[in-house]
Amino acid sequence: MHYLPLIGIAIVVIGFVLRFNPLLVVTVAALATGLAAGFDLVAVVAALGKAFNDNRYVSMIWIVLPVIGLLERHGLQQRARTLIAGLKNATAGRLLLGYLVIRQITAALGLTSVAGHAQTVRPLVAPMAEAAAEQQIGDLDQVTREKVKSYAAATDNVGLFFGEDIFIAIASILLIKGTFETYGIELAPLQLSVWAIPTAIIAFLIHGTRLLLLDRKLRVSSSGCVERSRDTSAPISTSLDFARDERRGSGE
Amino acid sequence: MITLDWLYALGGTMFAAFALLSARDASNPKRLGNAAFWGLLALSFFAGNRLGDLGNGVLVLCLVGLAGFGRLGRGDPHTTTIAEREALSSRLGNRLFLPALIIPVTALLGTLAYNYTPFGASGIFDPKWVTLILLGVGALAALAVAMTWLRPPALAPLEEGRRLMDSVGWAAVLPQMLAALGAVFALAGVGDIIGELAGQVIPEGNRFAAVAIYALGMALFTMIMGNAFAAFPVMAAAIGVPLLVQDFGGNPAVIGAVGMLAGFCGTLMTPMAANFNIVPAALLELSDRNGVIKAQIGTALPLLVCNLLLIYFLAF
Repeated sequence: MHYLPLIGIAIVVIGFVLRFNPLLVVTVAALATGLAAGFDLVAVVAALGKAFNDNRYVSMIWIVLPVIGLLERHGLQQRARTLIAGLKNATAGRLLLGYLVIRQITAALGLTSVAGHAQTVRPLVAPMAEAAAEQQIGDLDQVTREKVKSYAAATDNVGLFFGEDIFIAIASILLIKGTFETYGIELAPLQLSVWAIPTAIIAFLIHGTRLLLLDRKLRVSSSGCVERSRDTSAPISTSLDFARDERRGSGE
Repeated sequence: MITLDWLYALGGTMFAAFALLSARDASNPKRLGNAAFWGLLALSFFAGNRLGDLGNGVLVLCLVGLAGFGRLGRGDPHTTTIAEREALSSRLGNRLFLPALIIPVTALLGTLAYNYTPFGASGIFDPKWVTLILLGVGALAALAVAMTWLRPPALAPLEEGRRLMDSVGWAAVLPQMLAALGAVFALAGVGDIIGELAGQVIPEGNRFAAVAIYALGMALFTMIMGNAFAAFPVMAAAIGVPLLVQDFGGNPAVIGAVGMLAGFCGTLMTPMAANFNIVPAALLELSDRNGVIKAQIGTALPLLVCNLLLIYFLAF
């Protein structure tokens, strides 16, 4: 049947909702889609293997882990926190707003891999944002801590996505140009990157507003639980260990 | 010329070391699973081009089998305690940031220098991969500086790297796997079917409906594929070019550029965009795998509406 290859999409959606291991879900979806489209199993497995091999560069980012880990062993995250704790007016929202500006501008210059989740967010931006939030409201409960860290990662993504298309030689601009060319429509990369600017500005305004609202939410939530936070004023409890315990506990 | 293959050899060496160190790590009850997983990844980086498509496919199935059936654990190599880290941090001071900054600064200045100064004429880097290669150079430089300065045990960087890698676990290869799924979708013509369906639901002559389905379709199809690049050619072929440009006479530059950005709003909202949404959740050790997505939805939805309106008002 004509619509049968769509079964892969259904498998992906159901698999993610039921929280099966995503690698398993993706593989089953790929095999089902390929078979439904009339290919034999060997051809589908070969297609999977070829694409996996062609996309190895995506995983190259992990080569920064040894040096990041080595620096964390010597107190890098603690240092990032101390640095922020020394700034009187630092807030999580303002700090992330500053990072958003840097990330959007560098991405707009085509420098998409100078920052990222492994290189900058985990070792620097997330601990700094946590320290700023602690500065604002004292010790963080785990929900708040995870929220601040999530916003750090989200800010990196928003800055990257809505900065990079301003750069004329980025892959997505070239893809748009190439796609339209097949229909006989000639576009210059500069024309396309200019039209990425309005969205970049709006993205900055929307996400920036949300970051400042995060500060307000932190203030509101802290005034509601001052007593509790005093009780738990243990020395900087590491979110790392919290999360790790939880992950182990849930038998991942 | 330094090419991507040099970088892959470096990555392969690192994963091979992770595999060996995992194999002898008694703290991890599933150590052989970890050793096999990182070992296969090392093989992929060293010899991926010589394994053939089917060989790579079998390698992928082995990786998935190990991860999917829970054969991966987490190693807990010896490291410093929180108290020791506090003490080291105050002793070493802000100089600790310098090695960390070597990586982005090398990538930044190196790329600029390679593109805008005579350094580029030397041709020592593969021009397609300059920044990524410089990222590798930066990581090695930072490692050299940190090793000389801090004088840790020789295996410390690999053990610490393995600790972080184990905390990411199977999610480390999910982005590559999703790219592979995209390739199979393309082979099976999934995009064409979706485009055909999207084209059918537009009421004739209604420009706003056409723009709305184009923008929302970009976001939705990106969420399914995990990648706006896969969605764009499909939505352009189904609606963007035939309806918006040819029938309604819209400006193709706006339709192309803002349409792609509408897709990026979808990227913010899907677990299928693993390297942006799932991997950081693992890297930051969040207990909620979808925590990053939840933090992004509040930006992505209003921005998607804005993109829709931008196309509607700027393209015509």
